[in-house]
Amino acid sequence: MNTRWNRKDLLGLRELSADEINLVLETADAFKQVGTREIKKVPALRGKTLVNFFIEPSTRTRTSFELAAFRLSADVINITVAASSLSKGETLKDTAKILEANHVDIIVLRHSSAGAPQFLAERLRSSVINAGDGAHEHPTQGLLDTYTIREKKKRFEGLHVAIIGDILFSRVARSNIFALTKLGARVTLVGPSTLVPRVFEKLGVTVSYDIDKVLPTADVVNLLRIQHERQRKEYFPGVGEYIRLFGLTKERAKLLKPDCLIMHPGPINRGIEIDSEVADGNQSVILDQVTNGLAVRMAVLYLCGGIAT
Amino acid sequence: MKSTIIRNGRIIDPANRRDEISDLVIVGSGIADQSAVNNPQSEIAEIEEIDAKGLIVAPGLIDMHVHLREPGFAHKETIASGARAAAAGGFTTVVCMPNTSPIADNPSTITWIKDRARDTASVNVLPAGAISKNLEGEELAPIASIVQSGVVAITDDGKCVQNHELMRRAVEYARMVGVPVLDHCQDYNLVGNGVVNEGEWSSLLGLSGWPAAGEEAVVMRNILLAELCDHHIHCQHISTAGSVRLIREAHARGVKISGEVCPHHLALTDASIQNFDTNCKMNPPLRTQRDIDAIIEGIADGTLTILCSDHAPHAAFEKEVEFDRAPFGIVGLETELGLFIDILLHQRKAISINRLIEMFTIEPAKLLKLDAGTLSIGAKADITLIDPNREWTVDASKFESLSRNTPFHGWKLKGRAVRTIVGGEMVWAL
Repeated sequence: MNTRWNRKDLLGLRELSADEINLVLETADAFKQVGTREIKKVPALRGKTLVNFFIEPSTRTRTSFELAAFRLSADVINITVAASSLSKGETLKDTAKILEANHVDIIVLRHSSAGAPQFLAERLRSSVINAGDGAHEHPTQGLLDTYTIREKKKRFEGLHVAIIGDILFSRVARSNIFALTKLGARVTLVGPSTLVPRVFEKLGVTVSYDIDKVLPTADVVNLLRIQHERQRKEYFPGVGEYIRLFGLTKERAKLLKPDCLIMHPGPINRGIEIDSEVADGNQSVILDQVTNGLAVRMAVLYLCGGIAT
Repeated sequence: MKSTIIRNGRIIDPANRRDEISDLVIVGSGIADQSAVNNPQSEIAEIEEIDAKGLIVAPGLIDMHVHLREPGFAHKETIASGARAAAAGGFTTVVCMPNTSPIADNPSTITWIKDRARDTASVNVLPAGAISKNLEGEELAPIASIVQSGVVAITDDGKCVQNHELMRRAVEYARMVGVPVLDHCQDYNLVGNGVVNEGEWSSLLGLSGWPAAGEEAVVMRNILLAELCDHHIHCQHISTAGSVRLIREAHARGVKISGEVCPHHLALTDASIQNFDTNCKMNPPLRTQRDIDAIIEGIADGTLTILCSDHAPHAAFEKEVEFDRAPFGIVGLETELGLFIDILLHQRKAISINRLIEMFTIEPAKLLKLDAGTLSIGAKADITLIDPNREWTVDASKFESLSRNTPFHGWKLKGRAVRTIVGGEMVWAL
């Protein structure tokens, strides 16, 4: 592969080419291998400083980025919303400028506003890595999902991936859609019509409201968390009805091909979008996703950190 | 007394159905007859001549939808700076919206604005008052009192009265006191926390959608209330194809409803938001090409009768934030005429320059019952000289407005005002 990486930032997967996505995945192969060694650390980012800047709560993504940075020998600090001066009314621009004045090399940003990472990236010399911005993108999640599919299925061309649940508010869904369609997979979105509007078909995917028709042909099902605790109540009538129409129950799981992968970005609502036993069953690759997330994030930090000066 | 003769311009005065190459004479603050300067007995001390060859001499343009931000937000704009921006855009009269601080829902604030305008503004500044107290949509503002203080219309612009019963009573009451009701059409339930047009781009970017139906539902409401109350309701900044269709259908039944158009809703689609540029965030939001085409059709067939800017200045630090946290709106006074001439006359050939001038003069003057918008002998000498073919490049750093929040910086436009005269005084020249 002759693709070269020349981006200081990773803001989303929409702007990446298939070659660039493949480059990240191949780079992640090398880093995945590092994780199996006795000494799980390489000097790639020694002397670089990374800030995990999380203006929205997160445990797993932040931990994954932190571990990835440690394994690349970067120095890491974490800033969360409670500790941030944003809560004292400082603007995002000012906070970021202060980070840059402290010679931070890489900023990993989680923010509730779509576009916030791009806003920073346009104003800073530092690398900006999007760790999830509103309902826009979560590119490292999209990459780790893609990596996991590639690892298990060895191909994308002709693969049928069903993404099930709350698509409208999901940054995970968008990043997956952009990556998978570029790589040649066929994507079907499934969920209630209020959360899976038809307009998504303009992104080159199929929309379906009948999960039982989709499951038998799927090679991968990616179940998104139903955020019932903060969902506006007018989007669907309740969890019970959701499970009846779209939950991956034990019964429904029988419709799946035996080699169909079951994925979930977590955290899982056991018994809601997915039955607890199905989540732990032998088709589930949910824990592989976590492991691969580390390798993919190392690759992303390595590639972008190598560009920023 | 001072006199000015504008020589050899193409005088377009729709109120008098006049369109001819001629001279226009100003004596003192008014428009005079040719004989005034030829009479040897006249007391004219000096005569200034302006060569208007190749230019259009139009009645002073009226922008009936601007935010001048004073009182309360003088860091964004003042009445003085907003008036300078108006003059630079070719406007001699502007109507300022009541969402200041304090809100213009009471006689003392209205009086303050009028006094401030008299003391500091180079163009005519006419205030609009609120429909509801504090723009909260819960109880009527003292509409008769603010009309007596001199507002030319009432509106909750920026907000929208959701309670149809309250709106109905406001329209009935406005009819009694003889002012039109202007409405920012937005259904709060349908729009929710929407920040951009609901459609392909909102889906792609994960930004909350502001559906076209959120405007159309209230346009429909206003049509029903205008019919019920037999009084005029004017729908502000129309942005959707559906609104145009509703107004066209209502006109066929003779309903007293009208609509206005802002240039950004013709110049840009919602694809402009793809880089999260907060200067493309406005309310109502940028729509689709289909909406643009429908609005231009509505302008061409007379469904939409008024052009305006919705000039909404914000300081750079206020706009330079996360997209969903940025305030809505852009400055418009200094780019408005250029954009409309460029798009409606040159690019789309939708209307004539005569109709464009009508939409900026006699149409708003008729709606608001203003003694303005004509070059009749004896009228106040509010005049705009326009070069419809002049090519220029928008340079936000040269704006007279205190704010620079425009998506049009660097745009090359064809057509602009070159001189603005208010009450016989030149207030701006290119």
